[in-house]
Amino acid sequence: MAALRIPLSLEVAAARAAARLSRLARTGGGTTVPGKLLWKLDPGAIDRLAARLPLGSALVSATNGKTTTASMVAEILEPRLRLAHNAAGANLVSGVASALLARPEAELGLFEVDEAALPEVARRVKPRALCLGNLFRDQLDRYGELELVAERWRTVAAELGGGTTLVLNGDDPQIGALVGDARRAVVFGIDDPRHARPSLEHAADSKYCIACGTPYEYRASYVGHLGDYRCPRCGHARPDLEVSATAIELHGLEGAAFVLITPDGTRGIELRLPGLYNVYNALAAASLARELGASLDEIAVGLGRFRAAFGRFERIAIEDRSLLVLLIKNPAGANEVVRTLVAGGAPRLALIALNDAIADGRDVSWIWDVDFEPLLPSLERLVVSGDRAAELALRFKYAGFDPAAIDVLPSLDDALDHGLALTPSGGELAVLPTYTAMLGLRALVTERGYARPYWERAA
Amino acid sequence: MTRIVVGHLYPDYLNIYADRGNIAVLARRAAWRGHELDVRPISVGDDVIAGENDLLYIGGGQDREQALVAPDLAAKGAGIEAAVEGGAALLAVCGGYQLLGRGYRVGGGAELPGVGLFPHVTVAGERRMIGDVLLECELEPGERRTLAGFENHAGRTRLDVAAEPLGRVVAGFGNDGVSAHEGCRVGRAIGTYLHGPLLPRNPWLADWLLRQALAHRLGGEPPELEPLPDEHERRAHEVSAGRARARGGRYS
Repeated sequence: MAALRIPLSLEVAAARAAARLSRLARTGGGTTVPGKLLWKLDPGAIDRLAARLPLGSALVSATNGKTTTASMVAEILEPRLRLAHNAAGANLVSGVASALLARPEAELGLFEVDEAALPEVARRVKPRALCLGNLFRDQLDRYGELELVAERWRTVAAELGGGTTLVLNGDDPQIGALVGDARRAVVFGIDDPRHARPSLEHAADSKYCIACGTPYEYRASYVGHLGDYRCPRCGHARPDLEVSATAIELHGLEGAAFVLITPDGTRGIELRLPGLYNVYNALAAASLARELGASLDEIAVGLGRFRAAFGRFERIAIEDRSLLVLLIKNPAGANEVVRTLVAGGAPRLALIALNDAIADGRDVSWIWDVDFEPLLPSLERLVVSGDRAAELALRFKYAGFDPAAIDVLPSLDDALDHGLALTPSGGELAVLPTYTAMLGLRALVTERGYARPYWERAA
Repeated sequence: MTRIVVGHLYPDYLNIYADRGNIAVLARRAAWRGHELDVRPISVGDDVIAGENDLLYIGGGQDREQALVAPDLAAKGAGIEAAVEGGAALLAVCGGYQLLGRGYRVGGGAELPGVGLFPHVTVAGERRMIGDVLLECELEPGERRTLAGFENHAGRTRLDVAAEPLGRVVAGFGNDGVSAHEGCRVGRAIGTYLHGPLLPRNPWLADWLLRQALAHRLGGEPPELEPLPDEHERRAHEVSAGRARARGGRYS
């Protein structure tokens, strides 16, 4: 069937108008509306918009940390390059399309991409670099089993061919193994056994050799199953690291420092973000930025300047109190949030909000795989909220927390008021929301005038 | 105080849907009645010795982990059957439920061997059945109860004609999406696709299992257990049951 070909410029104009309407109608940030419209009008338009970028595109995907990693790369490159970047976290094909539309003068595309959407986006955008950070169990009702996502990623890596450099976290067995599929690969990882965990945590996933099924032996495990692994039977092991972090210093909630080692030399890196997982994000960002032409100085300065992506360790002042918002969405990520909170002085009061919309995962069983237990010794009161607040109450009750000290307030509005009322003047309320609960809470504090809408922040 | 011995099969392989939540519920509810739960891992190469365990627990895993343990589990079959015949209680969830049947033909046609404890066979379908589930059960004559959970499985499990399902599907898919049957019961052994995990929001089933395990340990009829204040449990059950009624399951 012959289709009437609408000129790209007309499609683009229509899609941009839709974004303005979406914002006027106050239905959202307009972050995906234009992309969705363009996608409907002509799916191939995204390919053509991406092909116009003079410096091409880079993609970042991972179960955890893709928003932070991509935003770090943007911070490093932005002084020098005009970027099309889906900074607000809209990371499906439509979000990528919207970012392309929003920045017609961009030189380089920088996109974080949903794990499941990666094959489609990679096929259309044909990136010059693809950075893969980690694979953990996440929303099995939406993504399917980990192995399924890994299989799709293997296919993407094999299809992309010589024009794409793979930037891979060698500490993740499934991702490290992609080295063999790439014509060119940059492998990064952590080399600092002082920060190894005493044993693999409960949420570790890829702990059996991907070649022969034997449990890996770890010289050091850092976050979940990420670490320096080796199969005692067949010898499958972490690949050699081209970029690594060593001499890591964790400064509680305030930040982290490490020495970045690359083939071009080493640099001391100071991060304003806490935790070993952010060292992984910074390593991924440094490796990708370097591949995109950034110097070590640009990398060190950009990473040092970077502040949290929204909802990821974000502080929001509310009169004489503040919220510390830490997104939780799966066991591995939530474990790191807990670990970091405890390292910074575990809170006596916390607000945790669990929703079960599609974007959160309809299956809430994952909260039982999170190690919340390190919070218990100092926790005196807990406010649980969201559509599945009662489920969270059970998680803590059966961990041994006094059920009488749990306030179940499904409405985010009520929970926020109650949590702030319990917070002493000058104090900080730790808030751990799932994705849609985080958006809901941000909308509340924005409505009350304490935070800017996320689509303004990204600009 | 009675020490209840729980044999937890493959905790390092089969733990995909928060199976440790089920164990935590059994342990706390036993402790609140003055009993102690002694949970012992049974992994690859270990034997299941009939009479030693008052309750056996086996959870679910991804296809890869299931395939890694299936041959070892089949070798434990006689021990597991003897344990259940001897009056031990058993809870099998999702992947563990499939492998305790006669066999599971996974996608691609490979056949995982089964134990044959439950009278069923499982064949992987094209699409997964995913969503909230609500069941109506009658484990004891005249005592109708509901179970609320979440299912996510590609396997279609067909019960033999004479087999006893765990419950009737009120909302969701259940064993195969067509029979309105969910799970299977053989004596004190329960198999089900429901996770969530299952026991926190369905404490009556946790207590039923504990009573069976106590009967195995002490002999005689299952003893009554002191009721507990289950306010949070009731709320969680209501929300979960409401989800099943409102949005049920979908194929994916």
